[in-house]
Amino acid sequence: MSPRYERPVIVRHALGGADKFGAANAVRPMRDFEGVSIAELVAAHGSPLFLFSERLLRQRVRELRSQLSRRFDDFVVAWSYKTNYLGAICEVMHQEGSWAEVVSGMELEKALGAGVPGARILFNGPAKSAGDLEVAFRTGVHVHVDHLDELEFAERVAERLGLRPQVGLRVHIGDLPVQQWDRFGFTLDNGSADQAVRRLLRRGVLELTALHCHIGTFVLDPAAYRHEARALARFLRRLEREHGVRIDSLDLGGGFASHNTLHQQYLPGEELTPSLGQYVEQLADGLDEGLEGAPPPRIVLETGRAMVDDAAILVATVLANKRLADGRRGVVLDAGVNILPTAWWYRHDVFPAQEPRGLAEPTVFFGPLCMNIDVVREALMFAPLEAGERVVIGHVGAYNVTQWMQFITLRPNVVLVSERGEHAVIRRAETVATLLQQEEVPPWLRR
Amino acid sequence: MSSDSSRLRQLAVSESGFVFDPLTGHTFTVNAAGLAVLAGLKAGLDVDAIAVGLGASFEVEGGEDVRRDVDDFVLRLREHGLVK
Repeated sequence: MSPRYERPVIVRHALGGADKFGAANAVRPMRDFEGVSIAELVAAHGSPLFLFSERLLRQRVRELRSQLSRRFDDFVVAWSYKTNYLGAICEVMHQEGSWAEVVSGMELEKALGAGVPGARILFNGPAKSAGDLEVAFRTGVHVHVDHLDELEFAERVAERLGLRPQVGLRVHIGDLPVQQWDRFGFTLDNGSADQAVRRLLRRGVLELTALHCHIGTFVLDPAAYRHEARALARFLRRLEREHGVRIDSLDLGGGFASHNTLHQQYLPGEELTPSLGQYVEQLADGLDEGLEGAPPPRIVLETGRAMVDDAAILVATVLANKRLADGRRGVVLDAGVNILPTAWWYRHDVFPAQEPRGLAEPTVFFGPLCMNIDVVREALMFAPLEAGERVVIGHVGAYNVTQWMQFITLRPNVVLVSERGEHAVIRRAETVATLLQQEEVPPWLRR
Repeated sequence: MSSDSSRLRQLAVSESGFVFDPLTGHTFTVNAAGLAVLAGLKAGLDVDAIAVGLGASFEVEGGEDVRRDVDDFVLRLREHGLVK
C-alpha cells in the first residue's frame, strides 16, 4: 500500500524556537468537546460553530464562590451581562447564585425580563437615562452613580417617584499598577468623590449605601486588587467617621484575566494567568488593611471574563490553503474576526479537530472576509490542513457573542453542551431573512 | 535546471528529511514528498516529470493538484535560496 500523500513541504529551522520554557508551540488535536464528537456537533449545527460547556461555566463560578467563602461571610457574585448576555448563559450563572450586573437599559430590561428580581441587579455604566433610572428605582435595582450629572438625574427621578432609593457611588482610584480608567466614576485622589458624597448627603434625596470601583480589564497583577480594596475600605471608614454614613456594600468590580494570551504577552496565558484564589487573597488582604478591624461590609465581585472565556470554543472549517509572499502558509477559515473580535486582543489557541499529519510549518489563519484585517491567528506552527478539515479556536466565551458583527457573512449558531452531553442551540444562526426583516425600502424606491 | 541541480547537489539530505545547506549553514526539514521532489531536482528532472513520479509513488489521482504542489515547493526552495 502506498504511503498517504502529503504536499511537499520544507521548513527552515529557526534557532531560538525553543527556550527554557520549552517548545515554542505544541499543537494537540481536539476531537471532542465535553465528550461529544466535534464532527457530530458540526453535522448537527453547522460551521462555524460556537460551543459552550455548561460544566465549565458552573465549575468556574463555583470555584470563585468557594474562594470568596474562605475569606468572607457575606459576599455576592454578580454576572457581568456585557461579557455574554445570551439567555442560556445568564440562566446558568443565575442558577449558580449570581446576581446580574448590567450597564445599559437594554441589559436591565433583559435581566428583569429573565425574572431576576431588582434587588439582585446591579446597574453600572456611564449612560443611564431618566427612563432607565425610573425602572431601576421602581424595581429596587442597586444603582451605582457614575458622575455628577447622573447624580442630579437620579435625584430628580427619585423625587418625581416619591422614593428615597439606596444608591452607590462609583469611585476611580489613581495610583494603581494598571492602566488608568479615569473616565468612570468619581476620582478619589482629587476630592471629586468627597464632593459627590457631600452633595448627595446635602440633598438627602438618595441614600448612600454602597461604593463601587472597577480597576480595569484582563488585570494580570493580583496585587492591583489589594491596592484597590485597601483604598476603597479606607474611604468607607472615612465616610463613616466624617459623615456618619454607613456603607453596607463594597463592589470591587471585576477584570480578572482568563487563560487567553494577549498579543503583547510573552508567556502563554495558561502559565501566566493568576488563579482565582490569588486574586481573592490579595483583595481580602487589602480589605483587612483598609478596614483596620472594622466589620467588613458585603463584598460584591462582578468579574465576567474569568468566568466564561475558558468555557467556550469556536469550531471553524478550512476553506482553502494558500502560500503567502513571504513563504508562510495561509489557511482560509469560514470564521473571521467579524464573529471573533477577540482575535484583535489575543493570540488564540488553535487546535486541529483531527489527528495532525505531516510536517508542521509556520501558518497564518485568516477568516473569510475580503478585508486585510481578517486575521484569526498569526504565526503558529501547524501541520497541513486540507479543505474541509476543521480547527478549534480556544477561550472564546467572553465578549465574542456580544461584540460580534453581522458583516459580510452571517453569524452562526451558538450551542450549549450539557454535563450529560446534550446539546442545543442557544442562539440561532442568522439568515438573509434575519437581515431583511430589519430593513425598509422607502416607497419612492420600490419597484 | 543544471545550475539548480548543481546547487542542490551541494545540500546534505538525510533519509529522514533533514537538510543541511553548507553554503549558508541553514538547516531544514522536508517531508516524504518534499524529499522525493528534492531527489528529482537533484537528478535534473523537470517539474512535470517530478509531479508524474510523485503522483505515481503516492497513488494520487488528479495530476494537476500534484503539479501545483510541486510548483509551490519549488517556489519555497527559491525563497530559501536553494534554487535560482
